[in-house]
Amino acid sequence: MRRTASYSGMSALAVLFLFPLVWSGWSSLKGQAGSGQATGFGFGNYTRMAGFGEGLATYLTNSLLVSVMTVTGTLVVSALGGYAFARFSFPGKNLLFLATLAILMVPYATILIPLYVLLAQIGLQNSLVGLSLVFIMFQLPFALYMMRNSFEAVPRELDESAMVDGCNTFRAFISILLPAVRPGLVTVGLFAFLASWNDFLAPLILLNDGASFPLPVAVWSMTQRTFGAIDYGMLEAGVMVMAIPCLLLFTVLQRYYVRGFMSGALRG
Amino acid sequence: MTNLAPPRAGRDPVKVAARSAHARGRFRSRDYVGLLYAAPTAVIVGVLFIAPLALIGWMSLNKWPLLGPAHLNAPDNYVKIADDPLFVDSVLFTLKYTVIITVLLSAVALGLALLVQNRRPGIAFFRTAFFLPGAVGFAAAALLFYGMLNPEFGPLGFMDVKWIGTPNMALFSTIALVLWRFAGFNMLILLTGLQAIPVEVYEAARSDGANRWQIFTRITLPLLRPTIALMLILSVTGSLLAFDQFFIFTNGGPDNSTVSMVMVIYRNAFFRFDLGGAAALSVVLLVALVALNALQLRVLRGGNK
Repeated sequence: MRRTASYSGMSALAVLFLFPLVWSGWSSLKGQAGSGQATGFGFGNYTRMAGFGEGLATYLTNSLLVSVMTVTGTLVVSALGGYAFARFSFPGKNLLFLATLAILMVPYATILIPLYVLLAQIGLQNSLVGLSLVFIMFQLPFALYMMRNSFEAVPRELDESAMVDGCNTFRAFISILLPAVRPGLVTVGLFAFLASWNDFLAPLILLNDGASFPLPVAVWSMTQRTFGAIDYGMLEAGVMVMAIPCLLLFTVLQRYYVRGFMSGALRG
Repeated sequence: MTNLAPPRAGRDPVKVAARSAHARGRFRSRDYVGLLYAAPTAVIVGVLFIAPLALIGWMSLNKWPLLGPAHLNAPDNYVKIADDPLFVDSVLFTLKYTVIITVLLSAVALGLALLVQNRRPGIAFFRTAFFLPGAVGFAAAALLFYGMLNPEFGPLGFMDVKWIGTPNMALFSTIALVLWRFAGFNMLILLTGLQAIPVEVYEAARSDGANRWQIFTRITLPLLRPTIALMLILSVTGSLLAFDQFFIFTNGGPDNSTVSMVMVIYRNAFFRFDLGGAAALSVVLLVALVALNALQLRVLRGGNK
């Protein structure tokens, strides 16, 4: 009796939580007078979106570029840094670790204004590289913490015996340690992807040219029409293009996501 | 431990570079190797975090237009904060929003976590279902709701409600959006805490004759305190920095009734072209949040011991 009640309660809640996603997918395909899909069902909204603004291809490329650069950069910097913090002692070690963790204490939105000025000064205004560097910085506290712990969990004997055999520290890092910390790398990469793919405020502030917008800002601009009606079918198609990669990745890599959660990924 | 690897001349550029530094300091060559591996981290943190942090303080002391040269005008940017009625309103609104969201989100997340905490058939499906909105980006979620709550386009048109048409409804709809997007996320935080409570504790309580309510209030809640504190910190800081939900979903309206603090910063910088004023607001928000974070961390740590 009690069990049936809790299962029906959970099912009702599950419907409530899944409904908006299902509705969005359905309405992106559904026909609507005046939209890209006038009647019936089909991909009309998506084809119309392909020609919106600078074109879906441009926005998608921008988003992919930023995500790839952010994920790669975060992995490289945090793997090298995590190795340094787990295996070496060096001048300024504690200070650097504290400074990195301090990024968590400083609200993200408040340092975007000076970053806007600073990036312009180093020639990275309106640049996807500049945006990716900012994302890497925001990911670093979690990524470095995660990678340091991953390296520390690998027995020292493993890389030390390799070095006795003549490997230098870099060779030991590449061929022995990196394969051993692969789960940590997947977790760090997943969080870096979700953050850079989805972020709205940073590109809104740091980019000022429609041709360099990533998807979230581009799809938002569909709602900012000064004349003419908003094409809601196309809007939901845009939402789907943003959401589907995240939903797929999350479903496949759920294990790694939860693992990051347990170890303090909480501040996204 | 550090003297195992005999350096091979010419094979390791890292070590060659380090050796020249060897003679000088109290650190051995291996220490400088570590520094090289940490160098990318140091550069990123230095250039993209420490430098902007210093710059924002300096900007807040200057009249700093979006284009054109800056000049010192301290403390004008700080003085005029109090004269900005939109900012004062946004502080009050953001605080109100933060209180409402934190209370509701915690309650919903706790309910969900308790519902799915035990392993039983099909539970993985329900956990995933509740969390799935959290995998979607927040901006995408706000845009999804923007379409879904449109009276003509959305499925709720029959209710004849202006979901973002009045100040109260706009706040209500935003709360629905945020609960939908973040309840599962907070549930997951609480689940990690719930699962850390040893089964023996529950068994002991049960054999002592405690009922469900007593177990919940005397065991689950106290042992969950550090996790709840963490969830509260994240909810409070996240809500104080609210931007996407109001910028995208309600666009600050109607009648500027849903303008958050970060939105005012953005408006000052990019609509009024007053970066100095935006920097001063940022510094105020930054100091307030760092203080709040420090306070909450202390509470959190107190709860751990």
